[in-house]
Amino acid sequence: MAYGIALVALADPTRRRVMEQLRSGPKPVGEIARRIPVSRPAVSQHLKVLKEAGLVREERRGTRHIYEIDPEGLGPLRAWLDRLWDSALAAFKAEAEKSESEGEKQ
Amino acid sequence: MNAPVKITPAPVRKSIRVNAPRARAFEVFTTRFGTWWPKTHHIAAAEMKDAVIEPRAGGRWYEKGVDGSECDWGKVLVWEPPSRVVLSWHLNSQFKVDDAVDSEVDVRFIAESADSTRVELEHRLTAVDGEAIRAQVDAPNGWSGLLALYAQSASRG
Repeated sequence: MAYGIALVALADPTRRRVMEQLRSGPKPVGEIARRIPVSRPAVSQHLKVLKEAGLVREERRGTRHIYEIDPEGLGPLRAWLDRLWDSALAAFKAEAEKSESEGEKQ
Repeated sequence: MNAPVKITPAPVRKSIRVNAPRARAFEVFTTRFGTWWPKTHHIAAAEMKDAVIEPRAGGRWYEKGVDGSECDWGKVLVWEPPSRVVLSWHLNSQFKVDDAVDSEVDVRFIAESADSTRVELEHRLTAVDGEAIRAQVDAPNGWSGLLALYAQSASRG
């Protein structure tokens, strides 16, 4: 599935706890795993889902993987709205220009 | 332990030039909203017949279904014809008023000449509450509609 959906990604309570750990700043996987009762491989898996959903982003520092909340978060929802407004505004423009040229002339 | 996760995404910004005077552009956008809004972009259960922005601050923004039903989309927060309108949009699958994803649509109309108007739109997604989203996702009629639309739109590429 190309689109991890942010809303569904956040529906999982463990993933929300992982997200909460990142509110205070970027952290490596190991530190997140120490703070919540979830195994390191499981934390990695949750981070992967959150990353695909556009909610967190990853940075490599040497051999360490640091995760942080993506300020552009909810990428898929934004992308959807982006396309929605493109088509809506194109329709608006057509209507505004049509009504100007048809009728309404004094 | 279960403090809600707040996420503030970057706003969606759009700008478009319309070959119409500013007053006309404002009027078409607002009082004639239902004439141009794509009918495919409704999310209520019933097919959309019309969509209405009430022309005043505090007015409703709602969708009318072919079956006579009405679904609130949000409210008119700022009403400054012919230069600006700000709408709140409670984005969820049913467009019911809740705070799952609160957003604001800020639209400015800038005259470029007597017959040309630049329309600048900013759709701000305010804080998103992970806990509220979970409740929405879990609700029987939760996000399914929005997600279905989203998937449809995504699959078009």
